[in-house]
Amino acid sequence: MAKEFLEGNFAMAEAAVRAGVEAYFGYPITPQTELLEWMSSRMPELKRVFLQAESEVAAINMVYGAACTGSRVMTSSSSPGVSLMMEGLSYIAGTEVPMVLIDVVRGGPGLGNIAPSQGDYNQLVHGGGHGDYHPIVLAPASVQEAIDLTVLAFDLAEKYRNICMVMADGSIGQMMEPAELPEMRPLRTTTPDWATDGCLNRDQRILTSILIDPTLEEVYNHKILNTWYRIQANEVRYKEYYLDDAEFVVIGFGTAGRIALTAVRNARAEGIKVGLFRPISLSPFPFPQIEELVESTQGILVTEMNTGQMLEDVKMAVKGRVPIEFYARLGGIVPYPDEILGEIRRLAHEPRSPDGDPRARWMQRLKDGVITLS
Amino acid sequence: MDNIMRTEVQTVYSRPPSLSQTPTHYCPGCTHGIAHRLIAEVLDEMDIREKTIGVAPVGCSVFAYNYFTFDWVEAAHGRAPAMATGIKRVLPDRFVFTYQGDGDLASIGMSEIMHVAGRGENITVIFINNAIFGMTGGQMAPTSLPGQKTTTSPNGRDVETMGYPLHMSEVLSRMDGAGYVVRRSLHDPKNIRLAKKAIRTAFETQKRGLGFSMVELLSTCNTNWGMTVQESLTWLEEHMIPMYPIQDFKVSSGLDGFKV
Repeated sequence: MAKEFLEGNFAMAEAAVRAGVEAYFGYPITPQTELLEWMSSRMPELKRVFLQAESEVAAINMVYGAACTGSRVMTSSSSPGVSLMMEGLSYIAGTEVPMVLIDVVRGGPGLGNIAPSQGDYNQLVHGGGHGDYHPIVLAPASVQEAIDLTVLAFDLAEKYRNICMVMADGSIGQMMEPAELPEMRPLRTTTPDWATDGCLNRDQRILTSILIDPTLEEVYNHKILNTWYRIQANEVRYKEYYLDDAEFVVIGFGTAGRIALTAVRNARAEGIKVGLFRPISLSPFPFPQIEELVESTQGILVTEMNTGQMLEDVKMAVKGRVPIEFYARLGGIVPYPDEILGEIRRLAHEPRSPDGDPRARWMQRLKDGVITLS
Repeated sequence: MDNIMRTEVQTVYSRPPSLSQTPTHYCPGCTHGIAHRLIAEVLDEMDIREKTIGVAPVGCSVFAYNYFTFDWVEAAHGRAPAMATGIKRVLPDRFVFTYQGDGDLASIGMSEIMHVAGRGENITVIFINNAIFGMTGGQMAPTSLPGQKTTTSPNGRDVETMGYPLHMSEVLSRMDGAGYVVRRSLHDPKNIRLAKKAIRTAFETQKRGLGFSMVELLSTCNTNWGMTVQESLTWLEEHMIPMYPIQDFKVSSGLDGFKV
């Protein structure tokens, strides 16, 4: 297929269609609404299921029901809507039915705003819903990657009977750039052997997340934890740029990672040996790969569009062995490459220490006027 | 002796194939078991057991699926109509029904039940109204009667501060998407027979694609009402029926001529 000039939300929707999604349930919320709108015309045209639910609460429970039949099914939303889906996601995790959620993240907390943000990292990666479960979370940095990861999300969800999320942000959802859509895949022809689709010529099946006997619930928790370890072992994804000889490493995902790449290139032009490590799977997080980076690096800069939610995971991998600095824009503001370039220069040229709190230092720099926000 | 030997043995009553042989977890005197059996009988009479998927609620009937032999899923509290929608939309030729209590349907699940009716979703809802939260131990429900004492209305439901009982069948029947909405009661054999006819008609509504169907079943909770079984049946008749009249609220013209 040839490259086309595609908007992110539309591209993710059409990618899901071509990946064989059979049912879509969703609710309007900026900045993901174009995805819902595209599905509202495209799915009926292909005689597949589209339904605008009365709320995100209903949408995720419609997804839950459809997923129980073994159908390839998805929803999409943005941060406040995803908060509303957390109950359903926990039930889905507690039932081991596969589904895909695309979160086009916006500024928060609360109603926040409709500008791009990465404030849902913790909500998606570290929980949200009650109980112990781990969704797979994939973070695209371009429209092309949003397409590719959407297709992959369905395959991973079904392979592991796990929730798989695509964590985009408002800019990935809204921007247009050249990208290539995949070929249309044929629809599923088989039904999984756990699906509740009517017990014709077989015994009854029950799909439930209630295990009233705590000993059985404990066994179930072990089971999904084992699945999670298999996912961790096999599905870590990331991208490395200029790391071969890098003395310094910037770590950023999604849009923040993409902007950091421009800053890294500019720093290279100035002679600073810096590279970029961009996690694509936020969950499973590339802990081993970052641990390995520690061996060869003199300092790490973590850059995010939140207050350092991924920073905590990076710190866990680094274990205080090399200095970490932090830089963020918040509330729906996307950083300029020059802001990150300034931080790379500081990391390379100023005294560094592995001690202290990178986030507190960043806040102090803001307070002292060392950083001026543009 | 000769007469006895010649008498043929005829089965006049047995467990419907849709009902499993499971010792009950419901309290003695609870009407859930009756409702379960009526559903099983209807599905077997329509020969749709293998094409049916039930959606269980949160409440005493959270384990409803243990009593049946066909496929079930278990919903979050109040969300059964949304889950049933998801199933029915991808499998429109299956029969999909929810089984919900008054806390599930009329309190936490109000949004989902209103919209499933509004959309005319082609599913069936069996609504168990016993005017109390059973599983959590007898708290006030949206359907609790004025003055009714519960563990969260210890001095009786004061409508000034706790609001008025909700009449779900009346409200839902006003939805254009509703094909069949009726209220029945499980307090005596005559009414149980009428309830079964209504359940049969509700599934016929779904079979004919006439939209949302619901049978509200007035039920007892003698344990949490603090009564004997007999007292609870009498209380239902004397107090619940005047508040919740047994009535057909909406019967689609598509059911004209349908006789059970």
